[in-house]
Amino acid sequence: MNAPRVLTGRHFLMGDVACAEGALAAGCTFFAGYPITPSTEVAERLALRLPQVGGHYIQMEDELASMAAIVGASWAGAKAMTATSGPGFSLMMENLGLAVMMEAPCVVVDVQRGSPSTGLPTLTGQGDVMQAKWGSHGDYEIIAYAPATCQEMFDLTVRAFNMAERFRNPVVILADEVVGHMTERVVIPPEEAIERWERPRPTVPPHELLFPFAADQDLIPPMPRAGEGYRIYVESLTHDERGYPGVPPDVHDRLVRRLNDKIRRAYHQIVEYELLDTEDAEVVVVAYGSTARSARHAVRQARREGMRVGLLRPITLWPFPVHVVEQLSSRVRAFVVAELNLGQVAREVERFTDRPVYGANHAGGAMMPPELILSRTEEAYRDAQGSRRRLAPAG
Amino acid sequence: MSLAPAPLRRPLDLPRVRLPRGQVFILPERCKGCRFCIDFCPKEVLMESPSMNSKGYHFPVVRPGKEDACIHCGFCTVICPEFAIYTVEVPE
Amino acid sequence: MPREAVVASHPLDEVLREDRLPHIWCPGCGLGTVLGCFARAMLASGIPLDRHAVVSGIGCTGRVPGYLKVDGFHTTHGRAIPFATGLAVANPDLAVTVFSGDGDLLAIGGNHLIHAARRNVDLNVICVNNFNYGMTGGQLGPTTPLGAVTTTSPYGFYEDPFNLPRLLAACGAVFVARWTCLHVRQLEATMLRAFHKRGFRFIEVLAPCPVGFGRPNDLGEGIDEMWFYRRQADYDPQAALEMLELSMRKDSKIVCGVFVDTERPTYMDRYREYVLRKVQGGGTREA
Repeated sequence: MNAPRVLTGRHFLMGDVACAEGALAAGCTFFAGYPITPSTEVAERLALRLPQVGGHYIQMEDELASMAAIVGASWAGAKAMTATSGPGFSLMMENLGLAVMMEAPCVVVDVQRGSPSTGLPTLTGQGDVMQAKWGSHGDYEIIAYAPATCQEMFDLTVRAFNMAERFRNPVVILADEVVGHMTERVVIPPEEAIERWERPRPTVPPHELLFPFAADQDLIPPMPRAGEGYRIYVESLTHDERGYPGVPPDVHDRLVRRLNDKIRRAYHQIVEYELLDTEDAEVVVVAYGSTARSARHAVRQARREGMRVGLLRPITLWPFPVHVVEQLSSRVRAFVVAELNLGQVAREVERFTDRPVYGANHAGGAMMPPELILSRTEEAYRDAQGSRRRLAPAG
Repeated sequence: MSLAPAPLRRPLDLPRVRLPRGQVFILPERCKGCRFCIDFCPKEVLMESPSMNSKGYHFPVVRPGKEDACIHCGFCTVICPEFAIYTVEVPE
Repeated sequence: MPREAVVASHPLDEVLREDRLPHIWCPGCGLGTVLGCFARAMLASGIPLDRHAVVSGIGCTGRVPGYLKVDGFHTTHGRAIPFATGLAVANPDLAVTVFSGDGDLLAIGGNHLIHAARRNVDLNVICVNNFNYGMTGGQLGPTTPLGAVTTTSPYGFYEDPFNLPRLLAACGAVFVARWTCLHVRQLEATMLRAFHKRGFRFIEVLAPCPVGFGRPNDLGEGIDEMWFYRRQADYDPQAALEMLELSMRKDSKIVCGVFVDTERPTYMDRYREYVLRKVQGGGTREA
C-alpha cells in the first residue's frame, strides 16, 4: 500500500487535506500534533499518508508537546510540521520561541476559528494574525501565509516548508476554517516540478566547526543534525557563536538582531501579495484568506456601481507587504481593511499610510458577507469625495 | 569516621595480597571545597590545604605521613563533583 | 611516593566541555557527581559518542548537557521529554538521554513524563531529585517532603510529594531505579545497565542542594547531606513500591535499588507492528 509521496493530478480536495498533501510534496517526514477543530483533518490525512512514504506521525498529549516534538525532530534532520487552531496555537507559543531561538526549520499550520478562548470551534475567524507575530515572548520575525483557496493550501504549504528550510525559522500557515473545510479543485504537479529547498549544511568536518552559530552575509548558520558527530550544543538560552550560554549583553543583543535580521533583510525574497484593479483605484480593499474571496466579490460589485475600487490581497501576512501599502498610499484616497477580527491587519496598514483606514470587521462565525465590505467601501468612497474621516468601529 | 573492616574478618590471603598504590592528582582551580573526597577516602589520605585557590577554596592535599597510603580505590575520582581530583595506579 | 601532583586536565576532559569548567553548580551540589557517573557510563556503554544525545529542561540539572561533549539540547521548562521524543523517533539510531530535575520533569513536565512512559518511548531519563527548585532560589516542588521549609513554603510544605518509583512503575516504565549521588559505583553500573535496555527507563538520583533545601531543612551542607545518605540509605530492590516514599527526616530511610526491570514492546516496536506492517514494504527512514 506504499503510495507515492506526490499525488500528481487533478483532485477535488478539502483545504486541510490539500495542506497535508502539500506538506508531503514538500518532503515532510514528521508530524506531531493534537486534534483540534478545524485542523484535525490535516492530522488525520498525515496519520494515513506519512507511514506510506516512510515518514512518521505521532499524536502527542497536548500542543505544548507537539511543538516541542517537531523542534526535536527538526534537529534530527526531519522536515517537521504540526497543525492546530487558536487554543492550541496559544499553547504552542512557548516552543515557537524555542524554534526561533534554536533556528529549527518547522511548519505550524493554524486553521483559525472564532476566538478568543474556546470560541467557535467549527466556524471561521481570523483573530490570530497578531498572535503569529507577537504571541511568543520577545522579539522575533515570523513568516506567515494566508491561503485563500484549497489550491493555495497546497502551494503555500510547499512554500512554507521551503522558507522554513532556507531561513531556519518556524513558518506559519494562517488559514481559516472556511478555507480549511471547503472542497475545491487542487492541481498537484509532477514531483519533478516541485522545488524542495534544504537547510544550509556544514561544509567542514566536525572538528573544524568551532562556531556552529556563526553566520555569513545571509545571517543563516549551517545546520548540523544530531548523530552526525558535530557534538553541537543547542540552547534555548541566549548564546554566542559557539552555542554557549552565559553571555554578556552585547552578545545577546547581537544574537537577537541576527535572528530578526535574517528574515527582515530578505523581505523582498519572502513577501507575497496579489493586486486586483488597483492601478486607478481611489479606494483599496485589503483582505486575506477566505475574506479575500468576499472582498473580490465586493470590489467587482463596486466597479459595476462605477466606483474605482481595487483589492490588495496579502499572501504573506508576515512579513506584511508594507511597501505595497506605501506605494498605494501615494495614489489612493482610503483603505478598507476587511477581516474576521476587530482590526489586526488594519493596524499594519495604518502604520504605513497617512490615508484614512476603514475597518470592515466581524468577530467571525461565517465567511464575511460581501455586503459588509461593500457598504464600508461605499462609505470610504463617499468620504474620499468629501472630507476625511477616520476609522469608525464596526456596527 | 573510619570505614576500615572490623578486625574479626581477616581474609586468609591477606599477607600475600598486594594492595594497589595510587598517586593523587589535583586541579586546585576547579575545587569548590565540598570535602566529599576528604571525608570519604577510606584511608584518610586527604586533608584541606592550608592555602586557597583563587576562588578562596581550600583544595585537598595529601596529609603529611600519608604519601604512601593511597590504594587507588578511585572513590575520590568518582565522588568529586568538580572533576578536580583523580588517582592513577602506580606500578610496583 | 610524592605528595599530590597538580595538573591542568582530568581524564574525563575528553568527553567534557572543559573550556566551560568549573561549572556553575554550588559547592556541595551533587550534580557534578551525577554528571561524572553518566560520563563514565557513556564511555563504557560501547555506544559511539556521536550517537549519544542529551536533552534537558530548565533548572540546575538542565545545565548538564552544557558540560558534556556530545550533541546536547537545553530546551524549555518541562518539555525535554517531548523534544527528546521527536529526536528519538525521527532518528531511532540515537541513544537519547533526558537529564532533568524533579520540578522540570514532574511538575510542568509531568504530563509529558507519564505519556512517554505509557508509550514506552526509547528514552533514558535521569531525574536528579534535590527536593526543590534550586535554580530559582529554593522553592517547593512536587517532590518536596511534607513539612519541609522552602522559600514558598515558609511555614512548612503542606502537600504530600510524589513517590517517583511508584509513579513511574504505574505509568509503565520498563526500568525504574533510585540511588543517591553518594552511591557512585551503583549509579554508574545502573546507568550502564540502562544504556543496554530499550524502552522508557527512569533513574531517580538524590543529590544535595545545600542552598535551596539542605540548610533550611536541617540537612546542612552538601557533605552533611552525603553523610545523611550514608547513614539512612538502604538497599532493597524487592521493596514494595508504596514503601519508597522519602521524608528526608533524620530517622527516615532512603530505600535504593533497581525496582523495576522488565520488558515491554517499545513505541517504535508497536508502530512497526501496527502501522508499517500494514504499509507494504515497511517504509524507509527519510530523515
